[in-house]
Amino acid sequence: MIEITHLSKQFEQFTAVDDLSFKVSEGEVLGFLGPNGAGKSTTMKIITGFLAPTSGSVKVDGHNIATDALAAKALMGYLPEGAPSYGDMTTLDFLRFVGEIRGYRGDELVQRVGRVLAEVELGSVALQKIETLSKGFKRRVGLAQAIMHDPKVLILDEPTDGLDPNQKQHVRELIKNLARDKIVIISTHILEEVSAVCTRAVIIANGRLVADGTPAELEASSKYHQAVNVRLTQPLELGGHLESLADVAGIEVDAEDRLSLRILAQAGKSIYSQVAKIAQEQNWPIAEMTVARGQLEDVFKQVTAGGARRG
Amino acid sequence: MGNLSVIFKRELASYFATPLAYIFIVIFLITNGIFTFELGGFFLRGQADLLPFFSFHPWLYLFMVPAIAMTLWADERKTGTIELLLTLPVRLRDAVLGKFLAAWALMGIALALTFPIWITVNYLGDPDNGVIFAAYLGSWFMAGGFLAIGSCISAATKNSVIAFILTVSLCFIFVIMGSPILLEAFPAWMPQVVVDAFAAMGFLTHYESIAKGVLDIRDLLFFAAFIGAWLFASAIVIEIKKAN
Repeated sequence: MIEITHLSKQFEQFTAVDDLSFKVSEGEVLGFLGPNGAGKSTTMKIITGFLAPTSGSVKVDGHNIATDALAAKALMGYLPEGAPSYGDMTTLDFLRFVGEIRGYRGDELVQRVGRVLAEVELGSVALQKIETLSKGFKRRVGLAQAIMHDPKVLILDEPTDGLDPNQKQHVRELIKNLARDKIVIISTHILEEVSAVCTRAVIIANGRLVADGTPAELEASSKYHQAVNVRLTQPLELGGHLESLADVAGIEVDAEDRLSLRILAQAGKSIYSQVAKIAQEQNWPIAEMTVARGQLEDVFKQVTAGGARRG
Repeated sequence: MGNLSVIFKRELASYFATPLAYIFIVIFLITNGIFTFELGGFFLRGQADLLPFFSFHPWLYLFMVPAIAMTLWADERKTGTIELLLTLPVRLRDAVLGKFLAAWALMGIALALTFPIWITVNYLGDPDNGVIFAAYLGSWFMAGGFLAIGSCISAATKNSVIAFILTVSLCFIFVIMGSPILLEAFPAWMPQVVVDAFAAMGFLTHYESIAKGVLDIRDLLFFAAFIGAWLFASAIVIEIKKAN
């Protein structure tokens, strides 16, 4: 379990992390979201003990990162932003180095390195210098060093940034497979990734926590959740019929062609059948009519824009 | 001690993984030769000692050591590997010391490879080998002093060229601190204690007697304490500067 309590980080005049508190327990894959500069990386650097917080504390399985750093660090695997590694080493040497730092020697070291090479499919480049590898391979080398000791806590700062779609898919599969009975924290600004791998999402803006829930919960909190999208073949005067429905929260008409309507539902209500009924009665010239699911993207926009105003 | 030796090994191997170590050693040996034989008049002096060899070392180290030291931490910060290294279960102390010792070992290897000149002087005459050994030791300790300054400066900047220039400048000041020219420049009202303290910090003050074969344990202790102090400062600078 990771406990983050009233964490703040001040850089001179600038507050990067502002009184952040949350807990993550075993089995959770936490997506850590926020606009650029929201404090995601800073928070991860504090959790992993690279930076000291201005105030507040981080406990990893009861070990305080400030006072019991080595024990806490031993429990964690960390992929820093950009997956830095020593370019003049070969993949194999680099992983052996990290393994030795983690305390493995002899047969166990060989086994660990061999297993992780297979797990992230680095065997083909084991003897190549890291600086000669492609971005995708470098990222995997970073991932390999982070998971080699089978850590209880895995912290990945933008693990799929800069990868092609296939590589992204591969890394996500990997994370999913690793995640069982572990704590995984992934920072990302790719929202589809959160729906794909995370069991929980936390959104921060200006260093503050602005949303926390499962991806489905967050999607449901979008004002577009359960909205009905209607595409018409010709413009139409709606008359007051839709507004008279209690469950309709609002109507948005595309300003340009006036052919696309978005009928918003009140929170937690489903309006499709009611809208369909009206459409039939009024003989709407309909090309297409669908129910929208809330998009994380919309929620993201809603909550982070609010956060920006507060800041 | 475990992680210290792991870091030491990695650092030393990384010098030899690139042409860096080889170039360093070759240039070191060539310049040493030029200084000793051309400028120092090794043969003309007709004496069986290595004074011309050792007396140029401060000036040689002035440029060679900062060249190695400049990458120590600046590169780690520039490439972001410092974040990797310091989030592994490693004590900062072990990282600072391991890196320093690896670079110092490289100096030691370069210095040891000047052994033909020791053989030569033994072949030509009958030198005091104890004196020569002491001078080698003193020279190596002085290189460590330069390197420790470089470690600290390198931790303060991401730019290794800036680190190089600053280290050379600072090392130069420490080399000439004890020299008469500088000491005479002190105004007369300056208390003698201050002047003495200043002179005592000079590398030449300590090294010249070592090079002549007077190995005073206090001179080695000076360099050891000097290295310790600058490495301690390195650790502090890393703590302060790693965030940006």
